[in-house]
Amino acid sequence: MERSFFDWILLYIDKYGELFLQGTGITLLLAVVGTVAGGVIGLLVAIVREIHIEKNDILLKKIVVRVARVILGIYIEVFRATPMIVQGMVVFYGLAFGGIHLSPLAAGLGVISINTGAYISEIMRGGIISVDKGQTEGALSIGMTHWQTMLSIVLPQAIRNSLPAIGNEFIINIKDSAVLSVIGVAELFFQSKSAAGTYLQYFPAMVITCVIYLILTVIISRVLRYIEKRMDGPKNYKVDEKSELEYVLLH
Amino acid sequence: MKTIIDMQEITKSYFIGHPNEFKALNDVNIRIGEGEFVAVIGESGSGKSTLMNIMGALDRPTEGKYYLDGIDVGQEKDHALSGIRNRKIGFVFQTFNLIPRMSALRNVELPMAYARVPGRRRAERARQLLEIVGMKDRMSHQPNELSGGQKQRVAIARAMANNPAIILADEPTGALDSTTGHLVMDIFHKLHEEEGKTIILITHSRELAGETERIITLRDGAVIAELAGSGKQGRTA
Ligand SMILES: Nc1ncnc2c1ncn2[C@@H]1O[C@H](COP(=O)(O)OP(=O)(O)OP(=O)(O)O)[C@@H](O)[C@H]1O
Ligand SMILES: [Mg+2]
Repeated sequence: MERSFFDWILLYIDKYGELFLQGTGITLLLAVVGTVAGGVIGLLVAIVREIHIEKNDILLKKIVVRVARVILGIYIEVFRATPMIVQGMVVFYGLAFGGIHLSPLAAGLGVISINTGAYISEIMRGGIISVDKGQTEGALSIGMTHWQTMLSIVLPQAIRNSLPAIGNEFIINIKDSAVLSVIGVAELFFQSKSAAGTYLQYFPAMVITCVIYLILTVIISRVLRYIEKRMDGPKNYKVDEKSELEYVLLH
Repeated sequence: MKTIIDMQEITKSYFIGHPNEFKALNDVNIRIGEGEFVAVIGESGSGKSTLMNIMGALDRPTEGKYYLDGIDVGQEKDHALSGIRNRKIGFVFQTFNLIPRMSALRNVELPMAYARVPGRRRAERARQLLEIVGMKDRMSHQPNELSGGQKQRVAIARAMANNPAIILADEPTGALDSTTGHLVMDIFHKLHEEEGKTIILITHSRELAGETERIITLRDGAVIAELAGSGKQGRTA
């Protein structure tokens, strides 16, 4: 008996609906963890790369800072200049080669976080540089140390300026996490491929997958845009809640 | 007269790609006594702000010695320097550099918070200072709700918060119209005459510089002239 396209769609939804949902859950998990962990990594990397060496710093500090700069520079370069699909393979099989056997999901979460961290560190660095130098001078002048200035004045503004670009990384992660299927992470694309394989009818299964991705990215990008708009209304441009916090802490 | 600022052979170099280095300050020697009112003038790019940043321990010289009230600034750690800036120096910037999203009152209180002044005394003093600079009615406004002249007056109140011996002002009237500029100058004259503050005023205006006691002229990072000023407000009020 010939089945129509819609028959196939209904059949897949009926038999494998749960699989698609599980896959969607894993995809969201990868995107959320990847972006949040990547955000933390990116922030830390950006901070370390912004540490200045001064003439009368001790030799050890000079060496540590220089070495850290080189290592972090290589990290960013490598992860931005190679495809994540290859990074996934190298990390997963590389670890196995070294006797460390991670589950595909654990390896996938690690890879997407480190990959996103490389991108976000560059975003954050731009955010730090874009904060008006006068803010730093003003903060130092009232008696803050360089670290206090960084933490309570510069970073809050830098993070805020970077949020739109970080939201964009989140959307990218929803889509690009599909490549982690090569190491067997059971995300949406992986699950739909295995569902499709049972009947060897890829087209209807992939249409379902496509629609799910579309719904996720469209909804999430709308939500992000809404949040963004609410945040940078004309009045609280360059807002700085952390300094409020600093004030409260000191109070 | 006790020397409060003593700069010896101060040089500040910036690397602008190897092998070039650019000397924003070149072998500068400046001594300023306690209670003096000094102006620093010079063309744009002559090194005035660089000089002020080193004087205020916001930045370190590449070479030379700088003693601030007897303290060898080059030997001090970041933490100690922040304490010196907090207690000894009041800064007034051309671009105000107030902390955004904080009321005028809180901006003035903040240096006192870092000096661990108790909360109630802090608020009380901040109110007094804002009243002195004529900002009594705008204490709860945030910087973006204030005009340039109002922001600068808040900045002066902030600079006075911990009753510093030295006030460093980098073109404090540069962004203001001449009436408001004179208003700001009046405050400096008052602080100098009535409270004996040491004031270093960086300015483009020869007229304002003439109101101070001594005028130091910079060109290409070097001191090229030191003249006596009238020390008086030369204009008709
Ligand atoms: N971070 C830096 N790197 C390289 N050069 C710098 C840096 N900061 C300042 N300079 C240079 O040092 C010189 C002196 O700058 P400075 O800001 O002290 O001038 P200024 O006298 O305050 O000028 P203006 O009247 O325009 O404020 C300028 O030529 C400037 O380009
Ligand atoms: Mg300047």
